[in-house]
Amino acid sequence: MSMPRLAGVLAFLLGVFVLVPLVIGMTGRWDFYYTLTSVALLSVAAAGVWLTFYIGRINIGQGAYALMGGYVSAVLMTQYGVSFWLTLPLAGIFCAAISVLIGLPILRLRGVYFAMVTLVLTEVARLTALALPITNGAKGITSIPLPGELSVFGMTIIPDFATLENPKLAFYLMAALLMTLTYLILWRIVNSRLGHLCRSLQQNEELSASIGVNTAMLRVLAYAISSFFGGLAGAIFVAISQSIYPSSFVVQDSVNFMLYCFLGGLGYVFGPMLGTLLLYFGWDLLSIAKEYQLLIYSGALIALMLVLPNGVLSLLDKKGGRK
Amino acid sequence: MNAILQVKGVTKRYGGLTANNDITFDVAPQEILSVIGPNGAGKSTLFKQIAGFVTPTTGEVIYKGTRISGLPPHKVARMGVVRTFQETTIFKSMTVRENVIVSHHLRSKASLLGFFFGSAQAKADEAEFGKSADDIIDFLGLQAIRNEMASNLPQGHLRALGMAIGLATHPEIILLDEPFAGMNHDETMRMVALVRRLRDERGLTVLLVEHDMPAVMKISDRIVCINFGEKIAEGTPAEIQANPRVIEAYLGSEDAAIGM
Repeated sequence: MSMPRLAGVLAFLLGVFVLVPLVIGMTGRWDFYYTLTSVALLSVAAAGVWLTFYIGRINIGQGAYALMGGYVSAVLMTQYGVSFWLTLPLAGIFCAAISVLIGLPILRLRGVYFAMVTLVLTEVARLTALALPITNGAKGITSIPLPGELSVFGMTIIPDFATLENPKLAFYLMAALLMTLTYLILWRIVNSRLGHLCRSLQQNEELSASIGVNTAMLRVLAYAISSFFGGLAGAIFVAISQSIYPSSFVVQDSVNFMLYCFLGGLGYVFGPMLGTLLLYFGWDLLSIAKEYQLLIYSGALIALMLVLPNGVLSLLDKKGGRK
Repeated sequence: MNAILQVKGVTKRYGGLTANNDITFDVAPQEILSVIGPNGAGKSTLFKQIAGFVTPTTGEVIYKGTRISGLPPHKVARMGVVRTFQETTIFKSMTVRENVIVSHHLRSKASLLGFFFGSAQAKADEAEFGKSADDIIDFLGLQAIRNEMASNLPQGHLRALGMAIGLATHPEIILLDEPFAGMNHDETMRMVALVRRLRDERGLTVLLVEHDMPAVMKISDRIVCINFGEKIAEGTPAEIQANPRVIEAYLGSEDAAIGM
């Protein structure tokens, strides 16, 4: 790992795990924990969307998997008494498995056709959650317990969140850790041969197939990883709000995930993370504009896309920076 | 003839349209065989069927005794039959070298997980691909543009890059779709020499679809002529030039000029 890159990674870790808690502790703005936790989790889901972009598919269906992951975690915890820490990977795996079944037929579609089908997915997920008995319909699932203790061989690794003085900080650290891991995985995928193959898929699927890439398999794999991230993020959101409803993730959320990727930059691994941060905070800050909030927000988005079509991170490139 | 590739009664219908009708011919090892015919004769459809992009309605394609028609393209490619494309189809947002390296995918021994974790096998693969890519780049004389973005290349180089991508898979049969299209005389002659070297130095069997008749006559060992989806002639360049059905097919069509 080169020196500037190492320095960048260290600065990032220091900022996320040390500076943020310090600053919040000093200013006493505890509500920022909730905002930053949301940003971290949304950026995990957006990372998945970004990966599907990377194989050349516009994915507007991440909300469906976030909802699905949330319900899997909620149902397992409330009805079967499974520990939250076990439901977390299970939610991800469940979403990945479902996405393979859904992805096999729909990933054959390209461009706007794939986008339209994924757009519908979120709505299908919402209606399914309304209709199924196990999800408790429109009433949703409430009073979900906080994450319990996680111990291995009697050693407590993570204490019971309910006993914590400050569960907000615990949730923040958990979300930040998950985000870090997610982007580590994403970075590794993109910078290994896998990423090379994904790019070949994005640029020319037919040629990719003719040089021996199993394009169908690779597409489904990328989509499954994407949905896995979506499921994880959904499960943690549920743990934080301790409730889930069919409308917890709607089409608007799916569209937002896509916007985060666009804004941050589709060519940059850390694009969706930055995009999420900017858009989420930008929206919150604009609340001072009251009824003009949406107008200014959408105007700024359009302007950004016109000026920086390759995302905010492309600013680095213009200065001769690195990816 | 001990054929490496056999096309047996291949027929392709799209609804009421018959693109290929009962086409049969054999390809000998290390032969340069051209498929010619007026526009819309069904040459590209035939190529797509050989490479696995389209499944024949009836008939089959046999490669070294194994049926390959109906297999997906990546499997056909893995067996050693690789197609390059009519348009200058390359990975546009990669450099020349990246294009060639990624095209070595077929030969990677490491698993996808191995690549993710950077296993010893994956690293060995990467090193080997880099070296082999450089070999191919040298072979095609692309050294000067090695690190150039593919989207910035002129036509001639793109065509050569397309060939490099094909070569990177280490095929036994390479299908070239109009390798001389849009080239001037000098470029064409250089390309003709290059295709010959593919066969002579790399031991490839070359199948090509082409409109440029002088080049076809110069380069081919044998020629198969297709018109309206049916094979109307097969033979050496001299035989094809003298064949009345071929002349009629070309003179009967608007784009005329068999170029002799």
